[in-house]
Amino acid sequence: MKRAGFDNPWLPILLLIPQLSIICIFFYWPAWQALRSSFFLEDPFGFGETFVGLENYKRLWESSQYMKNAWFTVWFSVLVTFFSLAVALLLAVKADAVLRGAKTYRTLLMWVYAVAPPVAGFIALIMFNQRWGPLTEFFAQFGWQMRVRLDYFDTAFAMIVASVWKQIPVNFIFFLSGLQSIPRAVREAALIDNRSGISRFWTVTFPLLAPTGFFLLIINITYALFETFGMIDTILRNNPGNQPVTLVYQVYLDGFRGQDIGGSSAQSVVLMVLVLALTIFQFRLVERRIHYT
Amino acid sequence: MTVTTQTPDQAKASTLEDRAPRHRQPFRWGTLVNHLVLIAGALFMIAPLLMLIQMSTVPDAELARTGPSLSFGDRFWPNLDKALFESMSFSGETTGLNMFRNSMILGLGFAVGKIIISMMAAYAIVYFRLRFATLAFWLIFTTLLLPLEVRIVPSYEITQKLGLLNTWTGLIVPLIASATATFFFRQFFMSVPEELVEAAKIDGAGPVKFFIDILVPLSRTMIAAMFIIMFVYGWNQYLWPTMVSTQEGKFTLVQGIKQITQGLEGGHIPEYGRSNLLAVFAVLPPVLVVVFFQRWFVKGLTESDK
Repeated sequence: MKRAGFDNPWLPILLLIPQLSIICIFFYWPAWQALRSSFFLEDPFGFGETFVGLENYKRLWESSQYMKNAWFTVWFSVLVTFFSLAVALLLAVKADAVLRGAKTYRTLLMWVYAVAPPVAGFIALIMFNQRWGPLTEFFAQFGWQMRVRLDYFDTAFAMIVASVWKQIPVNFIFFLSGLQSIPRAVREAALIDNRSGISRFWTVTFPLLAPTGFFLLIINITYALFETFGMIDTILRNNPGNQPVTLVYQVYLDGFRGQDIGGSSAQSVVLMVLVLALTIFQFRLVERRIHYT
Repeated sequence: MTVTTQTPDQAKASTLEDRAPRHRQPFRWGTLVNHLVLIAGALFMIAPLLMLIQMSTVPDAELARTGPSLSFGDRFWPNLDKALFESMSFSGETTGLNMFRNSMILGLGFAVGKIIISMMAAYAIVYFRLRFATLAFWLIFTTLLLPLEVRIVPSYEITQKLGLLNTWTGLIVPLIASATATFFFRQFFMSVPEELVEAAKIDGAGPVKFFIDILVPLSRTMIAAMFIIMFVYGWNQYLWPTMVSTQEGKFTLVQGIKQITQGLEGGHIPEYGRSNLLAVFAVLPPVLVVVFFQRWFVKGLTESDK
């Protein structure tokens, strides 16, 4: 709120009504619905519901399938986050260093941002085609016969490669603009103090990029959790069988395919709590970050 | 040619190391390594797209045997014709062109709707003495905590209850129910000098006039940045359209990808030519928008978190 503003009793309300009503109908109502149904067992044909308390959550905790997918989600997020951050950081540092063609490199490295996740999945299906996929042939050279969509590990591998490919541009853009905002004076001072480029990177540049890194950490975890849905769905082609799926995909499977509204809602609530925790974590970091930027 | 001349651009781009006397170090291995790493990275990003295009120029029967290769064939135009105009469904409504149109409606509708609604809300929060401004702020703020994917089942049920399945409203409006753009605009409005409002008030401008004549023109870079990001986001939606629009006439390209991949299975020869071109169409508009407006896009993306 600005110090100098307008005094008008009804106009701000009028301005807020569209957004607030959409949010109430399509955000709060469904969120409340999810929370509520997580305590009920619903008849799949809509003939009523029974209050079961925490039964749905207990069922999740005891389900070996759910725990297996939870672990997969953890590993998936960790690997996708690590590799996409590492590759993007390397590319950003190099792009920041070169003078010739810097803009061309930037364009070539960021266009994938606009690729929809299902298309990334579609590309992965071709790259990992069992008979002639270029990546399948590549790994066959090392004696690894890939069977994506049939072998659990191979499928997980393809999903991670596709997700990293899709996520590199976002991290690259943030790292590059982080690097470019490091003041010239700091760079010059560092150059005088330290001739070794690598040690200069770890002692000066890297700590200065850390705030961007923390922010990207959260962005990447959220990406791995939620935005990979379309990619996974395309790779599995509606038929997960025994293949790895993330927790968000499981919400969809149980809610829409299995008609287990209670179980699916309990899973939604678990994810909500997870996102809430991540957000709080991020805000704690943002607060701390003020000290060193 | 002894005088060193630098265009302002070069001067800005040059780093410190570059200003060290160049003639003593005519060639540096470091620079070569930098370029090699960047070229490898660029190839890693672009190779899949080139592969999709190469595959669309080769007869399907040949592809089914050998897969992608390095040489181009002559089937590009027939495949293009097939991808754009030939139907892939019973109803005859799912042509590439029709899906392209639907994607456009979704992308533009989402971007425009989101920007209008968000600007109005941000204006109300920042520029008015409003008793429940804080409450409104938090109501909007909490929506950042919960992506649509998490509340997908109840959202679908509510959309169904309201009779909005298979309508553009049902497709677009629930997607707008998050606060991202509101926050970008709020941040931006906060950075606009206070004196502007005071000056406008002295000149006798009311809140509506101030908004339309001063604030909106001031925000045009921000609007452009938001538009690009939101258009790409809307165009790329997958899960929600798959749930809400089940009529073939309303399929979007991204949604159609699933149909396409399912068509690659079965006894007949998989139609890679057509499906790859459809995949290319599905990424072309957002990619072009991002590439051509990268300055605004990067600005919108990176300045929002500060």
